[in-house]
Amino acid sequence: MGKKEMSTYHRPFPNTWWLKRKPYVLFMIRELTSVFVAGYCIFLLVFVYKLTQGADVYGNFIDALKSPSSVALHFIALAFVLYHTITWFNLTPKILVLYKGEERIPQGLVAGMFYAGWVVVSVIVALFVLGM
Amino acid sequence: MAETMKLEIFRYHPEKDNEPTFQTYEVPFLEDWVILDAINYIKDEIDGTLSYRWSCQMGVCGSCGMMINGVPKLSCAVFLKDYYPDKIRVEPLTGFPVERDLIFQMDDFMTKLTEIQPYIIRNKDEEKPLDEGEYLQTPAELARFKPYSMCINCMLCYAACPVYALDSTFIGPAAIALGQRYNMDSRDHGRDARQELIASHEGIWECTFVGECSAVCPKDVDPAAAIQRAKVSSTIDWFKDVLIPWGKKK
Ligand code: SF4
Ligand code: FES
Repeated sequence: MGKKEMSTYHRPFPNTWWLKRKPYVLFMIRELTSVFVAGYCIFLLVFVYKLTQGADVYGNFIDALKSPSSVALHFIALAFVLYHTITWFNLTPKILVLYKGEERIPQGLVAGMFYAGWVVVSVIVALFVLGM
Repeated sequence: MAETMKLEIFRYHPEKDNEPTFQTYEVPFLEDWVILDAINYIKDEIDGTLSYRWSCQMGVCGSCGMMINGVPKLSCAVFLKDYYPDKIRVEPLTGFPVERDLIFQMDDFMTKLTEIQPYIIRNKDEEKPLDEGEYLQTPAELARFKPYSMCINCMLCYAACPVYALDSTFIGPAAIALGQRYNMDSRDHGRDARQELIASHEGIWECTFVGECSAVCPKDVDPAAAIQRAKVSSTIDWFKDVLIPWGKKK
């Protein structure tokens, strides 16, 4: 452009940027929840594996799960997984933009479909578990 | 003087300063003043050396973006009274190099805007001669991209984006939203031409969906949604390419 390069000041962007504002903190928590989601998937795989190892191994595993530290860990994981689910469900209308003619389908309705699906699946799982 | 308020403003003079400083000014507090009014008062009455950009004073030109207490805002659209009686900290938009005081360098954004090819691209053989008139569009077709066309290029979304601040090669929210604006236009055939940039490493895949770009946008453009939707369509492209290579292009 034939323009003389102007000296500019580049402000530092510290690693603690996400602590500066609440929306960034909430975003970071959402990112962190993925660790718990992945961890719980691994746990479920181990669970299935133990199931294949016979009644004794499985029984011991179940007993170990009843320890207070294991129960506490499950509650922590539950909290993070709920946070993960709710924040992502709330973001679905951004990704799934639906129109009926000229009118956009309300964002709440789109998210609502996911919540409804979640309730249905949860009820089915609950019936299955309780019916055993 | 009746009630007053303090503004703490980022100062940097490229020929005199190595580091920026903050300077505090006391301005009259008026119920109907926006922050830009207070800054104009400083410029006119207290310190003529203060440099900043503004024009329309009505949220249209997009030139008065500043960090107000760490949040990107149009300074002509936020009232002093929303901060009264606390001190207000005013800085240039985050993520951009500072030229002087509140003026930052926007060349990078301008380059990205042009790179995204923000105009209707027609297939060569489908260009109508002028005398055949315009390409028609239904209101429903218009509705699909209209929100993305409301952008005023204020760059608040870039200032809210930590990804851009950490790596300025990221094409960023407004440019991608503008690309989507044309991609979703029924008259346009340019998606493939834009896709190379949009789906590149510097494009949509840099985005981690922090979502603050949409939260700060004064025009409800929702660039975060534009980026996520581009991710979905790029993923669909990929599946089409890999799983049904013969079904590639219509
Ligand atoms: S998308 Fe919104 S915040 Fe970003 S430049 Fe356009 S109007 Fe400004
Ligand atoms: S001065 Fe034009 S948008 Fe604020």
